[in-house]
Amino acid sequence: MIRRLWRWGWGLVLDIWFVLRKPSVNFSLGFLTIGGFIAGVVFWGGFNTALEATNTEKFCISCHEMRDNVYQELQATIHFTNRSGVRATCPDCHVPHKWTDKIARKMQASKEVWGKIFGTINTREKFVGMRRELAEHEWKRLKANDSLECRNCHNFEYMDFTRQNARAAKAHGTYLAAGERTCIDCHKGIAHQLPDMKGVPGWDPSAAELSDPANAPVIEIARALRALQPKP
Amino acid sequence: MSPRRFYLAVTVALALGAPLAVAQDTTGNAVVEDLRGEVPLTEEMAAPPVYKEINDDLRRARNYPEQPPVIPHNIRDYPITLNANKCLTCHTREFTAQSQAPMISITHFMDRDGQVLATVTPRRYFCTQCHVTQAEAPDLVQNDFAPIEEIMRTLRQKQGDGETENAP
Repeated sequence: MIRRLWRWGWGLVLDIWFVLRKPSVNFSLGFLTIGGFIAGVVFWGGFNTALEATNTEKFCISCHEMRDNVYQELQATIHFTNRSGVRATCPDCHVPHKWTDKIARKMQASKEVWGKIFGTINTREKFVGMRRELAEHEWKRLKANDSLECRNCHNFEYMDFTRQNARAAKAHGTYLAAGERTCIDCHKGIAHQLPDMKGVPGWDPSAAELSDPANAPVIEIARALRALQPKP
Repeated sequence: MSPRRFYLAVTVALALGAPLAVAQDTTGNAVVEDLRGEVPLTEEMAAPPVYKEINDDLRRARNYPEQPPVIPHNIRDYPITLNANKCLTCHTREFTAQSQAPMISITHFMDRDGQVLATVTPRRYFCTQCHVTQAEAPDLVQNDFAPIEEIMRTLRQKQGDGETENAP
């Protein structure tokens, strides 16, 4: 059975290959080259237009999962409502601008299409339940590309520290300037509500302490004490 | 009209008339004044101006020792929810070294029985219940509050005056 299927499939591939290999009999070389060029332009243009259509806020909030959850949360924040009328829309932060990175992200997004079809977050409860996991994906992505989507607008080189307040200037002048931290390390939850931040460094003090090697002996003692306690 | 009916009528008239006597608009019609001010219900009230938060990071002196310190910076979009507390990412004890922000006071670690916990107690978790940002804005309600040292100075002055009067 499998052998027959294999033979049929291979036969089909060979048939197509022979057709492609044969020189054209009816069409002129000019028609084929110019026609091919035009068809290529149309295909490429169409592909990119369709791709760009999926990179719009309108497209994102055409699904109720995005419209009723994350879009509602975005609207109160500074990236949506502000004095100067500059607005960051979904793709500004969530889709890379460089073409290769964009295609890579779009391929990842096929998982999100799967989620849409099978209703992974089709209720508020399911969405809230998955918020930590979803947020962690974005934190990881922004951490890995040094918060590139933030930096598309907020360029460190262009920052006027005299126009920042003292705390901001200090944090940006030390941790950010030295490259010890990237935007997302401190600016989590600026456009959407946060999940439970238990165990997130910078948010949960116990997480910070656990990761600090200086505290290792104390943690060992605490573990030993806990082990000594009678089990209920 | 029986006396009883007469009293009833007077009571009803008074009850209906009393609120109307509170305020009258320019045409002589009675209006009930409330928090809306003198704008009739049928008209839309102009929104009061929104004042900008003070954002200079300079600590303010407290007007009395028990006053919760005011916030000298912008706190827009700072979440204080069951999931996350943005204030504590700087003001909690463990993070004050890197943030150089004042630590939340030890009273915030105590539960209502005075038992000191390892971290901020749930009843002190929602910072903006007591701590508020400041704005350069006219007073909503006039008041004659004076800090204790000013009251004491005034009292001492009065006492001093009294003594000189009594002096021979």
